[in-house]
Amino acid sequence: MPSEESSRASAAAQASCRPFWLALPGLLWMTLFFLVPLLLVLAISFASRGTYGGILWEFTWANYLDLLHPLYGKILGQSLWYATLTTAICFVVGFPLAYVIARSPARWQPLWLLLVMLPFWTNFLVRTYAWMIILRQDGLANHLLLALGLISEPLELLYTPAAVVIGLVYGYLPFMVLPLYVAVERLDPALVEAAWDLYASRWAVWTRVVVPLTMPGIVGGCILVFIPSIGSFITPDLLGGARSMMIGNLIQHEYLVVRDWPLGSAVSFVLMAIVMAAVVLYYRQAGGADGSSEGR
Amino acid sequence: MKRRSAGLNAVSVAAMLFLYGPILVLVLYSFNAAHLSMTWRGATLKWYGALLQDEALLAATWNSLLIALVSTVGATALGGLLALGMEQMPHRRQQILEGGLVLPLVIPEVMMGVALMLLFVMLRMPLGLTTVILGHIAFNIPLVTIMIRTRLRKLDPMLREAAADLGADAWQVFRYVTLPLLRPAIWGAVLVAFTVSLDDFLVTFFTAGPGATTLPLKVYSMIKSGVTPEINALSALLLVVSMIGVAGSLYLQRREV
Amino acid sequence: MATFSTSPVIASGDSHPATSPTLDIRAIVRRHGSVAAVDHVSFQVRRGEFFSILGPSGAGKTSVLRILAGFEEPDDGDVLIDGCSMLGVPPNRRPVNLVFQSYALFPHLTVCENVAFGLKMRRVAAALIDEQVRQVLAMVKLTGKEARKPAQLSGGEQQRVALARALVNKPAVVLLDEPLAALDQQLRQAMQVELKSIQEQAGLTCVCVTHHQEEAMMMSDRIAVMHQGRMWQVGTPREVYENPRTLFVSRFLGVSNELPGRLADAEGDAYFFQPADSELPGFPVPFHLDGSVGRPATWSLRPEHLRISRDRPITEDPVLPGVVEKVFFAGSETKYLIRVGRESRWEARATGARSSTFAPGDPVFLHWALDAGRVFVE
Repeated sequence: MPSEESSRASAAAQASCRPFWLALPGLLWMTLFFLVPLLLVLAISFASRGTYGGILWEFTWANYLDLLHPLYGKILGQSLWYATLTTAICFVVGFPLAYVIARSPARWQPLWLLLVMLPFWTNFLVRTYAWMIILRQDGLANHLLLALGLISEPLELLYTPAAVVIGLVYGYLPFMVLPLYVAVERLDPALVEAAWDLYASRWAVWTRVVVPLTMPGIVGGCILVFIPSIGSFITPDLLGGARSMMIGNLIQHEYLVVRDWPLGSAVSFVLMAIVMAAVVLYYRQAGGADGSSEGR
Repeated sequence: MKRRSAGLNAVSVAAMLFLYGPILVLVLYSFNAAHLSMTWRGATLKWYGALLQDEALLAATWNSLLIALVSTVGATALGGLLALGMEQMPHRRQQILEGGLVLPLVIPEVMMGVALMLLFVMLRMPLGLTTVILGHIAFNIPLVTIMIRTRLRKLDPMLREAAADLGADAWQVFRYVTLPLLRPAIWGAVLVAFTVSLDDFLVTFFTAGPGATTLPLKVYSMIKSGVTPEINALSALLLVVSMIGVAGSLYLQRREV
Repeated sequence: MATFSTSPVIASGDSHPATSPTLDIRAIVRRHGSVAAVDHVSFQVRRGEFFSILGPSGAGKTSVLRILAGFEEPDDGDVLIDGCSMLGVPPNRRPVNLVFQSYALFPHLTVCENVAFGLKMRRVAAALIDEQVRQVLAMVKLTGKEARKPAQLSGGEQQRVALARALVNKPAVVLLDEPLAALDQQLRQAMQVELKSIQEQAGLTCVCVTHHQEEAMMMSDRIAVMHQGRMWQVGTPREVYENPRTLFVSRFLGVSNELPGRLADAEGDAYFFQPADSELPGFPVPFHLDGSVGRPATWSLRPEHLRISRDRPITEDPVLPGVVEKVFFAGSETKYLIRVGRESRWEARATGARSSTFAPGDPVFLHWALDAGRVFVE
């Protein structure tokens, strides 16, 4: 009996510190292979470049000041523009899709959502490559246009800003549809009918009722599309060519081609700052919406 | 109601075509007998046959599977324990950790790639399979933890109380109630982690060295060095594999029990 | 017997002190922040007794049950089962089993495995488990459904599994948390009868928490009325219904026809109640406590004691005039809502042939046996 008593006592003592020990390996791993590397990038962004591509540990703002150069400014502005345009197009295409799914029979909704999400989970590289087949000089798009007689000679479609934006929309459309679907699904159809009943035109129903009530989903979807778009690498790399570079390509270029690690790190942190701003915005609005619905 | 739906339906159909059109084109053309042309010259399986002859490709496949397997096992173990540990922590601490776990999912992958590369270079670790696996475990842990936590939070706390009331000690509650109820989520996380690892390009791109070429790296270099029909076949295969993996994972997560 | 006390019961007056109680709760306290969810609650439950804790939601009854089950520890007081203190004993080592309000059936296990769970945890031999599970499933009439999963059962069947899962362990006390709340009205009534007969047949000691007064009265040997963390009265269903100690208990256990006013001076043997409504005459009441004369009070009468007549009855009993406001025909009986004085509304009931006698607007006379009414001094 005493042995049982003591084993019970030790079990109780174990229970109190168990969460820590369970979480420890995972937390250590994330610290070592995520947090430390990030801090390393931060530190290097304030160092300067040594003669043979190495790093001189002297504090300097020079890398960030270098980014003010018009060449980098152009890439930065271009990235913001592509990402914003992508977000806008995703919204215009995604909202009707989300609306139709949310208003379809309940038993079909999971299937529709699965169909929207499925391409996202497939290999990004491969999906981007599919657009190369379609957009290249002797690709499907030009073949079709020629066959239809709309053009007389092949267009330059690949390696253009338009190709980059098409690729980004293709890649991140599901991120827009999901939050919008959730927002529309929560919207009581009776509210739409009530507005209609109260003499609202179709346009007014959308602008005065549907859009305001689905605003959390709209903001959420836009931010979820903007974040990966601004940080993309594969899409501009494969579809964009040298003239449509984005921040991700600049980082890779500085690290692997120019081997200017401090400058690459500084670019990384500018990108991270943009992304974190978007994340904060997302949590601020999602936090408010969740708080009201869950009532915790 | 009907008339308005027509316009919306048209946009939706167009959107679905936009999502699946390129995939279908790719799969279709992987069977095209014509070499490097969009003209249809009849169906053939020869490009798939060619894949099997490609020694480098087979080596890359083997690397990819090995990396995916090891990183999935590692991430599932570490991430699962992390989820269980977090569940018992004070609410505030859970929120902080949760926020921290979202970070790796939102920061640009290219940044995670260069950061890991810097770390390994600073530690003077030669880039290779090991460094790739270390990195893959790092980006899979948050995925696994979040998926298992979602399930844990949906579990009725009464079930654990009921088990305790019926005489189960802490270990028995875990073994006979919590674990069986988590099983679908765990297998779902395994499938997702495996798929994500198999598909990853950027982190691998920055952390792999010679001899650690994976399938996505191979696809990338094939695309960059000039388009060959084999890429179509390889791409089609990768698409199908990841679709099966994800559909399976979603099925497991959706299942009630 | 009436008392005018408004203070809660601190220690229950057990009418059979000779038998030692199976369950002995001694002044337990449970605080959530500065609020006492359970405030010095004491009661005892004898072997084979069905004891209900009745109260509105938020009264603290579930906290009491969770303390008995071991999910919460009391901040003060003691819980004894068969004479042994349960303080610090985890739920899995207590000789009690809880039937959860939501049933908390394990969704991944079959009916059979759910019921066998407790025995398996205690490492009972497999053959013995089979035998006992078979017996208890026969008792709750679930034979033939052993292999089903909870999701494949109806609400009533799930309830029986939850009950069987607790009973099979032969606990010293079975704890029931709103056991029938999730069932619809008809099933609920059928299960009340069945649960009671299982309890009597197996000689179970039960502590049941409910907010449903009719359920508590039908099934219980004794009822404890709980409100704001305190226990206000403990007694048989008849005692608490007919002799409520406080206005709250009176109202919670049934319809209470009330008049505010005060207790007037005695004239001879009778004491008079003077309604605050000056339209109404004073009328005799049988009760009196020293010092209560002249203090504000509320007079109360159960509807079944109220008699209605069109003409002023010739009687020594108290009589008040009223006007029929509404008539509700409810099948076996007819309910009348009657305005008394300026703003009091009383309920009266009539069964059988008299049912259709009165219509809204009819002036009527109300009378009752002198000792049926009760006075609660504030």
